[in-house]
Amino acid sequence: MTSGRSQHRSLFLLAASLGVQILLLAAQVKRDQDVRLIRVWAVEAVAPLGRSATWITDGIRGGWTNYVALHSLGKENAQLRAELDQLKMRNAELEGRAAEADRLAGLVNFRQNNAQTPMLAARVIGASPSSSGRVAFIDRGSRDGVALNMGVITPDGVVGKVLAVYPETSQVLLVNDKDSGVGALLAGSRTQGPVRGTGDPTLGMEYISKEVKVSPGEAILTSGQDRIFPKDLPVGTVEEVAPDPHSPFHKIVVAPAAHLDRLEEVLILLTRQELPTSAKALEPLPSLPAAVKAPAPAVARPAAAVPASAPAKPVVPVPATQPVPTTAAPASPITAPTDPMPAAGNPPGPDAAKEEQ
Amino acid sequence: MEVRLASEQHIEVHKFHAGVVTVSVLLALMFEAFLPVHLPWAELVDLPLLVTIYFALSRRNPSAGLMLGMIIGVAQDSLSHTPIGLYGICKTIVGFTASSIGARLDVEHPIARCFLTFVFFQLHNAVFVFISRLLLARPEPYLQTRVVVGSIVSAMLSIALFPLLDRLRKS
Repeated sequence: MTSGRSQHRSLFLLAASLGVQILLLAAQVKRDQDVRLIRVWAVEAVAPLGRSATWITDGIRGGWTNYVALHSLGKENAQLRAELDQLKMRNAELEGRAAEADRLAGLVNFRQNNAQTPMLAARVIGASPSSSGRVAFIDRGSRDGVALNMGVITPDGVVGKVLAVYPETSQVLLVNDKDSGVGALLAGSRTQGPVRGTGDPTLGMEYISKEVKVSPGEAILTSGQDRIFPKDLPVGTVEEVAPDPHSPFHKIVVAPAAHLDRLEEVLILLTRQELPTSAKALEPLPSLPAAVKAPAPAVARPAAAVPASAPAKPVVPVPATQPVPTTAAPASPITAPTDPMPAAGNPPGPDAAKEEQ
Repeated sequence: MEVRLASEQHIEVHKFHAGVVTVSVLLALMFEAFLPVHLPWAELVDLPLLVTIYFALSRRNPSAGLMLGMIIGVAQDSLSHTPIGLYGICKTIVGFTASSIGARLDVEHPIARCFLTFVFFQLHNAVFVFISRLLLARPEPYLQTRVVVGSIVSAMLSIALFPLLDRLRKS
């Protein structure tokens, strides 16, 4: 027993003396980075505890935020989605307004370049409810000075003529309607021939002799012979020239210059006088100068079919700096057409037939 | 238990006159410090280690043996360029081991002392290499000719030195 106790005591003493000397060595010896070994031991002894504590707290925190607090994320997600939808709608609305502004800028610019020619801007508010007819309804009528057989154009080219007039609206016969026709000529050879609608998106130019050289891409302009459109307005371009073996004339397919499938704003020619800048004036400029910019018109979007009641009122900007000159009337864009009689190449309208009777 | 008691009765614990241990240790350290200057072969011998082994074997008390080894080792470190505690750890282990063996075996015979001295010299070197590599990160070689020759020389020297120290015992 005594020797056992003394043996334990000696072992304890051995361990204690060795421990003290090892610590003494550690306090003197420097390892990498010039750090004493005893500091290295102390840090290495405490660091695992710190790492474990950090791991535990991170786990608890992560569990709370990723699992327990998820309901708040769900709400936030729903709010963000709703906000995103609203922003998308707003963005679409703004894009539409921007496109409208660009179109109106082109109209205004055209109007500026032809300030001496009386024109009336109008919006297309409807189209033909049937597929056979190619007509459009505009929001200008007799009260605005619109009369029968007035020409309708856009800065791109000829659109058609006024077919019927109502107090607040008018019906426009588009150039690609089967009953429509425009007096035209080839820009290259200046050979005249009528351009008729086919009911299809394309037009057809008639009575051009095979002796006349016609090439695809050649421009077709108004001849002024129909007494509706001034001379040298773009009608379209030659799309195809096919020889007709049974006829002495070319079979010419014409692509219309105006975008008849996406009309939104048009100009009504209140006169048949030749436009001063003619074809050149119809090149739309990319943007309006700041001085003539006007706010976007507050008009409802045109429907596919014209309702019988309440057409939208037009608010198309006219530059205030350049009042429309008229011969006798005060400064106003609303003037009577100089010659409302239909052209020789066009089928007469219903009013003309009544007059003849 | 009975065996231990019997062994305790047969093993004699030697005591020394006052100051003998202290003077012996100081002389050993002094000779260890100055002899190699004049006698190059003296580097092979570790006189403090021989003193530690002798007194640990004689005292036959592990506690006393390890304390003695620790003191001698730390003193040797203080007089050399090694970190304090390096030789201290080595001689603490040697002192404890020698005392433990001395408490169980008869170590009075010269051949036994010679053999034990050789063994403890190797043990001392092994601990030294181990501590140097582990704590000091020094690539100390273990098996060297110098160490083997030194252990043999120390063993031979113990045959002459230990009887001289026996004369300093209390009768």
